[in-house]
Amino acid sequence: MDRGRAAMSAPTSLPVAGSRTPGPREPFPDAARRALADEQLRHNIGHATKTIREKRARVVGELPDWEALCEAGRAIKERVLRHLDDYLVELETSVQRAGGHVHWARDADEANRVVGDLVAAHGAEEVVKVKSITTEETQLNEALAERGIHCWETDLAQLIIQLGEDSPSHILVPAIHRNRAEIRELFMRTLDEAPDDLSDDPRALAEVARRHLRRKFLAAKVGISGANFAVAETGTVSVVESEGNGRMCTSLPEVLISVMGIEKLIPRWQDFEVYLQTLPRSSTAERMNPYTSLWTGVAPEDGPREFHLVLVDNGRTNVLADVVGRQALNCIRCSACLNVCPVYERTGGHAYGSVYPGPIGAILTPMLEGIDRAGSLPYASSLCGACYAVCPVKIDIPRVLVHLRHLEVEHTAREGGLRARLGPERVAMRVMAGVFGSRRRYEAAQRAARLGQWPLAHGGRIQRLPGMLAGWTTMRDLRPVPAESFREWWRRRSEPGEVG
Amino acid sequence: MKASLFITCFNDTLFPETGQATVRLLERLGVEVDFPREQTCCGQMHFNSGYADETVPLVRRFVSVFADSEVVVAPSASCVGMVRDYYTDVAERSGDEALKEEVRAIQPRVLELSEFLVDRLGVEDVGAYFPHQVTYHPTCHSLRILHVGDRPLRLLRAVAGIDLVELPEAEECCGFGGTFAVKNADTSMAMLTDKVRAVLDTGAQVCTAGDNSCLMHIGGALSRQRAGVRAMHMAEILASTDEVRP
Repeated sequence: MDRGRAAMSAPTSLPVAGSRTPGPREPFPDAARRALADEQLRHNIGHATKTIREKRARVVGELPDWEALCEAGRAIKERVLRHLDDYLVELETSVQRAGGHVHWARDADEANRVVGDLVAAHGAEEVVKVKSITTEETQLNEALAERGIHCWETDLAQLIIQLGEDSPSHILVPAIHRNRAEIRELFMRTLDEAPDDLSDDPRALAEVARRHLRRKFLAAKVGISGANFAVAETGTVSVVESEGNGRMCTSLPEVLISVMGIEKLIPRWQDFEVYLQTLPRSSTAERMNPYTSLWTGVAPEDGPREFHLVLVDNGRTNVLADVVGRQALNCIRCSACLNVCPVYERTGGHAYGSVYPGPIGAILTPMLEGIDRAGSLPYASSLCGACYAVCPVKIDIPRVLVHLRHLEVEHTAREGGLRARLGPERVAMRVMAGVFGSRRRYEAAQRAARLGQWPLAHGGRIQRLPGMLAGWTTMRDLRPVPAESFREWWRRRSEPGEVG
Repeated sequence: MKASLFITCFNDTLFPETGQATVRLLERLGVEVDFPREQTCCGQMHFNSGYADETVPLVRRFVSVFADSEVVVAPSASCVGMVRDYYTDVAERSGDEALKEEVRAIQPRVLELSEFLVDRLGVEDVGAYFPHQVTYHPTCHSLRILHVGDRPLRLLRAVAGIDLVELPEAEECCGFGGTFAVKNADTSMAMLTDKVRAVLDTGAQVCTAGDNSCLMHIGGALSRQRAGVRAMHMAEILASTDEVRP
């Protein structure tokens, strides 16, 4: 997280249904409608994403072999997914060989229980944490709080989220929706270290956070991290970050617990060569990120005395079982797809109601949690393809979105009951399929459309449509169906004298 | 050269003038155009809206209607994108080996208009005359599925009398996205607002593109705003000449 970037954004507060919240989340169109009404949010996310988009294009353009790097990144992940079972066991052996402990967690609750037990065993009441999306997904902070353990977020933007009892709205820049005036106010309200004359200068704000965090780093007995990568061959775990606060968490406390999704594996040390070029350029639009921490088990007289790696499934094997959708597990959480997405740019991240917002969230969330819980997300895209074009591991997001729409339609037909099966869209689609199935029906439908539109067309325009099509005419006219179709013209032209 | 016109159901019903222009243009360039009457819809709307099973018969219909065509040309990047990119998935889903083979055979023969003109006919100057200020919106599917690149711009630049002005943030989606415009109407409108602002900023009289679906979207807002700017398919510009007809 870049300090400057945290401070250039704007406020909003929308509820987020986390993975542990039962029942379906709010449909995307409803949440988006609220977000779109927030001018400050629109302005700030639009500005922030445009800036990073342009910067990314510049640094990517510097590499003549960018396409090949992305293809390599995709191919490595594909191999990982094909042999995930073998690589995971290899990783476990490697970590143990280096003096670390490995724990397996089927779901969020198991992962949180493992971490909670480890923290409790060391008698710690406060722990420090590196920014980690996986522990957001498992809602680790909340689970630890239930056991009386306070988990301090140490990434500046994540700290802002935590102090404000807010939720992240971007994978990389979680507080992209907050502006610096608000952050000043928040620090004044929540941090003892904030002086009375604190300004909203990003440097002054960072200084307050630094003093607050330094104390936490030095006091904490247990540090918690996620993982960007873990090397099966060596057991090395890696965190890539901008601030250095992550390195504090992974090197100062006596005990380090890393919580990692099982797909974060890479087979060999040499594979870093690819991802350490593509990840920073795609995420912060930097040639190289300031801090890349790598650790292999425990080392005598340096760093933590004890290292635990928690391998989390939490729905990932379901994703792996989906032949089309499994490519979502290639994701290295760079967030380039968020920054180029015209939908994300306008609604922000909270509208997705998921820790994974934007295009990647629109495919990952329904697969991790089930299409019944997030059925509106695959439709939260115009299928413009900008996400696929920038993805450094070549996830064909539009293709997966369409695939998930098929699953959603099938799911509703199966489980939705009579009302869903007789919904206007479903009926219309079935009727249209019949119409397109025969030339005679199709041509009859063309004539019927021409006749049927007379109550709607006035002065060469249709300005109001009924029912589910009304959304169209809120701000767009529709041209009436012309008096002669193309095929009627063709027939008149090629067979003079015959009437179509 | 012979070419079969795939008009697309959308153009056939709502934008016949685009089809007529395509025919005039191709015939002017010496192409023998035929129009297989049994054609209806490529199935994109069903497929992209989640109705995959309903798409299979439409794919069967398309490959059989155009089975004997040497080349199929369509004035729609998004429908051509459906055939070239997604028909493989539909055929795969059907589990029908014969259909998979038919799809594989037809895909490379289906071309979007600018691809056909530049790659097959080898022309950029089609002899058109269009004395107006025009801005070109590269549609998402022409750019990112078909990768037509600057082919449309090369064709437009060669038009006599045209004043081509660059569209800011040109590669951003207009917010149409098929049923997206209805299902996520608010987000779609936010995207459309920005696109229309960009079009108006150019000062152009005409906004053109290779897809009437996107143009219907942009043009619908321009019409509602009484903006005095027309949305017009690229084929109609390329078909225009300085010939004064009686």
